[in-house]
Amino acid sequence: MIAEPAAAFDGAGEVVDLKTLQAETDIAAPIAELERDLIGLAPVKQRIREIAAFLLVARARERLGLASGAPTLHMSFTGNPGTGKTTVALRMASILHRLGYVRKGHLVSVTRDDLVGQYIGHTAPKTKEVLKRAMGGVLFIDEAYYLHRPENEKDYGQEAIEILLQVMENQREDIVVILAGYRERMESFFGSNPGFRSRIAHHIDFPDYDDGELLAIAETIAAESEYKLSPAARAAMADYVARRRQRPSFANARSIRNAIDRARLRQAMRLFNEGGVVDRDGLMTIEAADITKSRIFAT
Amino acid sequence: MRITQGAFSFLPDLDDKQIAAQVEYCLRQGWAVGVEFTDDPHPRNTYWEMWGMPMFDLHDAAGVMEEVKACRKANPETYVRVNGFDSTRGWEAVRLSFLVQRPSAEPGFRLERQEAEGRTIRYTLQAYGLDRPAGRRYGDQALRSER
Repeated sequence: MIAEPAAAFDGAGEVVDLKTLQAETDIAAPIAELERDLIGLAPVKQRIREIAAFLLVARARERLGLASGAPTLHMSFTGNPGTGKTTVALRMASILHRLGYVRKGHLVSVTRDDLVGQYIGHTAPKTKEVLKRAMGGVLFIDEAYYLHRPENEKDYGQEAIEILLQVMENQREDIVVILAGYRERMESFFGSNPGFRSRIAHHIDFPDYDDGELLAIAETIAAESEYKLSPAARAAMADYVARRRQRPSFANARSIRNAIDRARLRQAMRLFNEGGVVDRDGLMTIEAADITKSRIFAT
Repeated sequence: MRITQGAFSFLPDLDDKQIAAQVEYCLRQGWAVGVEFTDDPHPRNTYWEMWGMPMFDLHDAAGVMEEVKACRKANPETYVRVNGFDSTRGWEAVRLSFLVQRPSAEPGFRLERQEAEGRTIRYTLQAYGLDRPAGRRYGDQALRSER
């Protein structure tokens, strides 16, 4: 009875330097990478910084003997296709690993097919196996709403959901689950599975990229495979981005990646047709013609 | 009589933390980890019942520990062991095997003599546990069957 308050009093005088703790956990590096490599996504980056700060403070509290239960780290990423949900999930695994909240820091990415079986008694072992593989890391469930099929009450998805919920609750220190999908459908998914909503602490919304960001992404993608856009091609790309957005199957950065891939094909063809003698710069440069030949410009 | 089979069997029984550390080692080596159980502890009994499939592609011991606990719960008063199987070409063998559960009372073995041709005597080991039917060989279940 007497020893306890005394211990608390001792703790009161101690200080923890958050900056030192930050340096120790090596957390600055993945966050800086996130800032540098990912274009746009300001609200997402903000939330990740908040989560990282919160986890650091939780570590500091632990050091001074303050109450710190294992925080709930399950997340849901919502946003349109191609807004970087998977990429951020991968970074998240590395951030949580460096902060010591997951032991191994690997990402297991699954969809409905990997979790739900095809006959009675198939689902539970399948889901458990995926969960076992993801232990010590992050389980990323893409298009999570497909787990729940409201039109078929015998659907095995419900069984997978129950196992997931149980593990998310009981083994919080072993696994972090990230659900991802389109905003509206995730909303109705959470609506029909309230257990999920309450077990997920962080709901992160991925905004669409604006035209400038998409252009920057195009240049980054090109640079990754050692291509570059000529000034005219840059202008054509800006035009392309604006037109592509109007198309029904627009998928943000993914559409841009595909556009760059097709431009590379056309560039190769053009180099052949121009006679086949080409220097290093010619091999690297994507010209405006490679982009304006796209179907998008035909209409 | 305390059965000494597999690694660490001359040490005090491993606790769950130590088991997890050993499993962690197996996974680091890239071995598939499997859980098996039996109520027949004869040293030549190599075919134990498998508790599910060996687990491939794991990164962390937590998944294995869960299976170990489930196996213990479903099969109390039996022997349970964890195997680390190395599938690398040239090895293709169990590289590490150790007990993670044993019955509360281990009656041990008796020596049986069989008189064969001439004055030949053949010796064999028989586990006392095996005198009772499967499922009632150890612990409370054994006592209940005797009453």
